[in-house]
Amino acid sequence: MLRAISAAAALLVAGVGVAFAAVHGEHPEEYEFSFLSPVGSYDMAAVQRGYQVYQQVCANCHSMDHLSYRHLGERGGPFALYMVRDHETGELGPHIGKPEHGGTFVEVTDNPYVRAIAAGVTITDIDPNSGQPADRPGRISDRFRRPFPNAIAAAASNGGAPPPDLSVITSARHGGARYVRSLIMGYDGQTKGTLHHNPYFPGGWLAMAPPLADGAVPYADAETPQTVEQYATDVATFLQWAADPHMEERKRLGIVVLAFLAALAGLLYLAYKQVWRGEAH
Amino acid sequence: MSGPSTYEPKSGITRWLDRRLPILRLAHDSFVAYPTPRNLNYWWTFGAMLSLCLIVQIVTGIVLAMHYVPHVSMAFASVERINRDVPFGWLIQNIHSVGASMFFLAVYIHMFRGLYYGSYKAPRELLWILGCVIYLLMVATGFLGYTLPWGQMSFWGATVITNLLGALPLVGESIKNWLMGGFSIDQPTINRFFSLHYLLPFVIAGVVGLHVWALHEAGQNNPVGVDVKSKADTVPFTPHATIKDLFATTLFVILFATFVFYMPDALGHADNFIPADPLKTPPEIVPEWYLLPFYAILRAFDFNIGPIDSKLAGVLAMFASIGILFILPWLDTSRVRSMRYRPIARQFFVIFVVVCVALGWCGGQNPGNILFKVAPFQATLNWVDGGQVTEQPIQAESAAQWQEAADAAQAEARAQGASMTAVIRTGATAGTLRVVTGGTVQSRPVEGDTADLLETHITEVKEEVGQAAPFFSIERRSPARFTVTNFSQILTLYYFLFFLVILPVLGLRERPERVPDTIAKPIGEAQGAS
Repeated sequence: MLRAISAAAALLVAGVGVAFAAVHGEHPEEYEFSFLSPVGSYDMAAVQRGYQVYQQVCANCHSMDHLSYRHLGERGGPFALYMVRDHETGELGPHIGKPEHGGTFVEVTDNPYVRAIAAGVTITDIDPNSGQPADRPGRISDRFRRPFPNAIAAAASNGGAPPPDLSVITSARHGGARYVRSLIMGYDGQTKGTLHHNPYFPGGWLAMAPPLADGAVPYADAETPQTVEQYATDVATFLQWAADPHMEERKRLGIVVLAFLAALAGLLYLAYKQVWRGEAH
Repeated sequence: MSGPSTYEPKSGITRWLDRRLPILRLAHDSFVAYPTPRNLNYWWTFGAMLSLCLIVQIVTGIVLAMHYVPHVSMAFASVERINRDVPFGWLIQNIHSVGASMFFLAVYIHMFRGLYYGSYKAPRELLWILGCVIYLLMVATGFLGYTLPWGQMSFWGATVITNLLGALPLVGESIKNWLMGGFSIDQPTINRFFSLHYLLPFVIAGVVGLHVWALHEAGQNNPVGVDVKSKADTVPFTPHATIKDLFATTLFVILFATFVFYMPDALGHADNFIPADPLKTPPEIVPEWYLLPFYAILRAFDFNIGPIDSKLAGVLAMFASIGILFILPWLDTSRVRSMRYRPIARQFFVIFVVVCVALGWCGGQNPGNILFKVAPFQATLNWVDGGQVTEQPIQAESAAQWQEAADAAQAEARAQGASMTAVIRTGATAGTLRVVTGGTVQSRPVEGDTADLLETHITEVKEEVGQAAPFFSIERRSPARFTVTNFSQILTLYYFLFFLVILPVLGLRERPERVPDTIAKPIGEAQGAS
């Protein structure tokens, strides 16, 4: 009798795993990002392109307050500089992103690419001589430039709601990078006043207009297609990197730690067997 | 420490120390020579894991506190800075946040162990109560710590919990304001929560000291539940228990590390990556997984009990669900400790574990979600095709007489041959009666799986009929249904019945199986048989 009750209770708990899709958006489209697997790393070319998409399109409205330009060139960053010796000529040459073998990491302070990226941005700062607000070229220590001077200005320019900061957006949304990718690709053209319909957005209607169109961002590399799908994939990869910049280091260290612990557990098990040998228990 | 000390200082230094501060003697008697029942199984290794968890949380917490800024506009950014810029900050922060979950995982297994093997019974009542105190402190510390990153869940979780205390009669409002340091969750709240979050772990460490002291005074319980009778029943703590604890703890650390390195955010909530916004309530406010069962008990009370309103009843039930653990040693009347020899109690125990897990599941769901219903949500739309629409004002003598006046006006219109009427109230005593005369009366049934879907279908019909109908009258019928809240109510009932009725009554009625005389006896029999 009691067994029957407990079995029924267990079935009930298992059986009610029903999805309630009332206020949640449609499930994001499946996409096998390289970073999703336990040993996967970032596709750094995609992160670089994604930064370009962010910089040229998203950054017009969305801040990324927790990132500085220097982060782009630190270890694990998309524009990290390595010096690699050429096998044939024997000369040292620069390599953007971690090379497959060897290479010497160049500190971000000496990274001309990141310096150029930062210098290309105009930052409004306090002039050290006059104390008045003044524009100057960006430095690598600067935070990513904010599109609006403050939250009120951001809200006022966007129909009352400030566009969310994108620093940790893939952590802050169910579905993560897949959600971001699906959302960018998911507009179906319906509009209601200033709102746009998107099945992936919880509630279905959002204020952000479709941000990208085919060919909107010119990629330097001619082989990569300049389609909304490609832009969405690239910018989602970039945002995932931005939210979790130490992922590759974390996974690498994890393997070492788990291997050590497994070996330790094996040794301790043998020690345990040895100690308890001959002890009835 | 059972029996006289067997410690013998070997060197001159230890002899000198032993006469002045016998700290090595204490350590030797507590963790080396201490006699341990020889039949302890792996459920007895969680104490070691919990000690490890406490140390890990304190050590990582002290480092985090060096970088964390308890300020409403800087806390979130400081946690981000720890994750991005502090050397190995990401590792320390992940260990601390995953560590909280691991701590609770281990403590729940430890508590269920105590429950199953009757480790709360004489002479271990105080040992159990000290454990309950530790658990209560852990809950407080975990809640305070979860507010510190100042994400949306932090802020709104803190709002919900402090509001709960406001439900207490007379003193509730004062306690609430005292906890928050003002009239809302703000800068004073985060300052005092940080201060208390730093303090409480050391209080826990102190109570753990008492817990271990009480344990070593009464001696460990064991799976058979009979007292240690002779030396044949025990083995020395070191190396036997030490090595077993080390092995089991290493397995636990492997699980811990898997989360830290591969799923650091899996146990948290995505909304806590959104900075706290006092003007924007998240769609769902849920605590961390380890508090979900209590959250379900809180929300199971959606009805008033006499003078006690539903909110207060929920709060009292939630505190009672932990409070009841404190008096458990006197609720269980059975003289047999281990449920291994209590066949009926064992089955009720299994149900209890399932109920606790199910309560946790309920706590994470929207309480209005429907699990079963007898029929779909239905509605009937009535409207008149064609016909003449007229409007006339209704004026009632007073607000109390409004309904009467409206009904009278409708009845009169119907009597005059109206095919449909509707009343629109425009003020306390004033309104408009819309009347359709002539035309053909139409009717259409609509149904939907949820109340929201039904509304969608109703809107579709309205759009389809469009201008042809001046207005609709809609009769909605909700089916009898079983919601998450109803499920929680049943589970909550069992939770309290288990402690208040099943254990006290069963202890008197149940006929336990034969309990072995000594710890060594069943082992010897098993060895002889094999």
